[in-house]
Amino acid sequence: MPVQSPISSVNDFVVRFANVNGSGSASANELFARSILRHGVPVSPRNVFPSNIQGLPTWYEVRVTEDSHLGARGGVDMMVAMNPQTWDKDLASIEPGGYLFYDSTKPMPASKFRADITVIGVPLTAITNSTYTDPRQRQLFKNIIYLGSLCALLDMDPKLVEQLIGEQYKGKEKLLSSNVHALHLGRDWALQNLKCPIGLRVRKADKVGDRIFIEGNSAAALGAVYGGATVCAWYPITPSSSLADAFTSHCKRLRHDPETGKAKYAIVQGEDELASIGIVIGASWNGARAFTATSGPGISLMQEFIGLSYFAEIPAVIMNVQRAGPSTGMPTRTQQCDIIACAYASHGDTKHVLLFPEDPAEAFEFAAQAFDLAERLQTTIFVMLDLDIGMNHRLSRPLKWDDARQYDRGKVMTAEMLSDGRDFGRYLDVDGDGIPFRTYPGTHPTKGSFFTRGTSRDRYARYSEEGSVYADNMQRLVRKFESAQDMVPRPLQANAAKPTKYGVIYFGSTAPAMDEAIGLLEARGHQLDRLRIRAFPFHSSVASFIADHDFVYVVEQNRDAQLRSLIVNENGIDPVRLVPILHYDGTPITARFIADAIGDHQDQLKVTPLRKVKS
Amino acid sequence: MTYIAKPKFQHPGLPKNDLGFTHRDYEGKVSTLCAGCGHDSITASIIEACYELSIEPHRVAKISGIGCSSKTPDYFLGNSHGFNSVHGRMPSVLTGANLANRDLIYLGVSGDGDSASIGFGQFAHSIRRGVNMTYIVENNGVYGLTKGQFSATADRGSKNKRGLMNTDNAIDLVAIALQLGASFVARSFSGDKTQLVPLIAAAIQHKGAAFIDVISPCVAFNNHAGSTKSFDYVREHNDAVNRLDVITGRDPITVDYAPGTVQVVEQHDGSKIALRKIDADYDPHDRVGAMTFLQKHAAKGQIVTGLLYVDPDSDDLHAHLNTVETPLNQLGEKALCPGSAALDKINASLR
Repeated sequence: MPVQSPISSVNDFVVRFANVNGSGSASANELFARSILRHGVPVSPRNVFPSNIQGLPTWYEVRVTEDSHLGARGGVDMMVAMNPQTWDKDLASIEPGGYLFYDSTKPMPASKFRADITVIGVPLTAITNSTYTDPRQRQLFKNIIYLGSLCALLDMDPKLVEQLIGEQYKGKEKLLSSNVHALHLGRDWALQNLKCPIGLRVRKADKVGDRIFIEGNSAAALGAVYGGATVCAWYPITPSSSLADAFTSHCKRLRHDPETGKAKYAIVQGEDELASIGIVIGASWNGARAFTATSGPGISLMQEFIGLSYFAEIPAVIMNVQRAGPSTGMPTRTQQCDIIACAYASHGDTKHVLLFPEDPAEAFEFAAQAFDLAERLQTTIFVMLDLDIGMNHRLSRPLKWDDARQYDRGKVMTAEMLSDGRDFGRYLDVDGDGIPFRTYPGTHPTKGSFFTRGTSRDRYARYSEEGSVYADNMQRLVRKFESAQDMVPRPLQANAAKPTKYGVIYFGSTAPAMDEAIGLLEARGHQLDRLRIRAFPFHSSVASFIADHDFVYVVEQNRDAQLRSLIVNENGIDPVRLVPILHYDGTPITARFIADAIGDHQDQLKVTPLRKVKS
Repeated sequence: MTYIAKPKFQHPGLPKNDLGFTHRDYEGKVSTLCAGCGHDSITASIIEACYELSIEPHRVAKISGIGCSSKTPDYFLGNSHGFNSVHGRMPSVLTGANLANRDLIYLGVSGDGDSASIGFGQFAHSIRRGVNMTYIVENNGVYGLTKGQFSATADRGSKNKRGLMNTDNAIDLVAIALQLGASFVARSFSGDKTQLVPLIAAAIQHKGAAFIDVISPCVAFNNHAGSTKSFDYVREHNDAVNRLDVITGRDPITVDYAPGTVQVVEQHDGSKIALRKIDADYDPHDRVGAMTFLQKHAAKGQIVTGLLYVDPDSDDLHAHLNTVETPLNQLGEKALCPGSAALDKINASLR
């Protein structure tokens, strides 16, 4: 085996922690990521966790990236192997020249290591056991001790870590000092016994700026608070539960009347997803802004109500934090696999508005905007997050709110308008945009009441099974959907440095990997124009972007090229012109994957001569 | 009752309630149910109760699921908003509506298929949450709209129109409601307006989850010999525990019916229910007693009617959630949006 020189890299490497679920490692690992941020160096952490509470393997990956490549990179430069169950797999995943950090308390046979990596042993258990007697303390402080050792190995500033610990345990002096003590135990041992630092180093930079570090679910929940949601009904399901939890904690801080202490919100944990969406629809029918958070299986259960929302025209906001399906699928793995299920949800002819945020900042914006759209369009709006955005801390531009912004409550006829003799037809298209007026229950003693039903009815909400009346209504719903096109967030286009015949369409959590892949592809000589789709129905610029290019790659994280199907179906595009690039193993898509897949396809285009047709 | 079309004009001498409304102001569209349907009698009782209580008709939200019973909200309170939602899902829609605006009166109308089969879960959970509502099940033991299948409230051993016997055990929604903590539980019979009207009136005034199971014979599919939900069967097996008067600070609805002792129950809003007791031992404040009483009589083949349980000090979901007095649907940006300064602080805490 040729001698592999150790990887040497400053502010650009991947550290992966292999832990046992429930061992308290999560907070120590997050502390590690935050400490690097405090050095002014961007990080992108990802939880890779099982559908389990205690005992199964879990990983936490930190990509240190001065260039702010926030997508997953793939590969591991340093493995912190704290889980014997996954030792072999973890060892194998280290890049040649990489580093293995392990607990060397018990001697390991040489066969358990690799020759092409640097092995760093710290007797963590021995250090811990000689310092602590309480079993729980031993477990928790062991995590902080390895953090201390990493601090020395990666040349991190311990003061910055101490500062973070100080913020975390503010007011709990005992916990604070014991954590700092554990940190130094690990650091000092490493400094005294190991060659520090190693080839991977963290060096202070000024590349974080004013960005914030937040999970997409928390940002979306905050968007719901800012967007005026007052009713939230939900049923626990991974990976969306933390969105409802975040809404609850945000509301506790931000939505209580300072004088009476009373809540300006109502949160109900439903008995299932059917009840959750039912509560949302009941509340929205009655004029409140309401939402539910769920994932794929929940969407399946909500189908009937989603159809009611579409046909009876009742606003609803559904935050769908996507995970790998079908069936129970992989509950803790990410995918963008509910595009078709949401776009055409329910029986009969239906179409729904989808919003695709790329990161927490957009999750915040789109969540808030979803309530305006739902009330303006009087229909269900899906905010399509996924596990990668939702459950990982992501460095994100700060959240912004314009205090002059007013909620768009849509077309609501008031008691005054009714008293003034305005003609009220619940399903009457008065403005030509397909959007009728509605009234809230209890508005006027004698005018404006109507009977809401999922069965067909005429423009004045009177029950009717006349074919022409039914068709008239269905056509108006198409007009309404066309109106939605100009209300939803538009696609964002970024052109290559040089004119090119090739384009790429992508959306949602693929964005950071795609942006990084563009650089990798340029290095291979491939130029691509980019279009990031941010909503369905598609803006007309999607069709024109495709028309402007010979081939357009559509990058997505599902097996069946669902967005591509939707584009083909809705825009009448020749499928041959849209080349699917699909990643669907449950891990987040990487720049390497995209660049390889597109690059290989582009290479083929270059070398394949035109076939001669033999006569 | 609104099963026949009536002219719009009305006699100037029609009696009016405190708000100046006549019965006609509480009516709705013409019923499309079969002539003689028990559900139309319940509709008439709802109209009567709302008239007697002098409720502003437009301040009621009528919500139902799917089925014959769920069609009826179109036939009363024509100036109220109605919502014929999804089969078995009235309780969740009503819960959401109630959360959005605590100031309206919520009337949930459902059937035995809607509440005991497809919507059994939603029935249960809305009751245990204590949603402030009047939940009426128009119980005929049969699926009418789909032509006569047994429902889950059909008694074991009862026969359908074609002579088939039901071999499944029946669900007694009253027993379940008691167990789930409903703070007002009653049963009545569509043909007994004297008992039903005050029960509906008391339920509307009750704060919390008020449940009324109304046996309502289906003239098309469940009114034959062998059915335990027919007019004749229910009349023969009815065992009323009490008769109600509801006193709302004006002339009480006097029901000159059975003699006996009178017990006055004051409800949360100050209204009073006068219980004319028929069964001297019956205590409507004893939940466990009510459950036992119900089971004992069921074993004897008797259908217990009347107010079986009431908790006059009950609370509702809004109290549990500690929501503001202003209806949530009336809060605007000022009340709901924390603004940019708060967001800046949040941003700072995330660095």
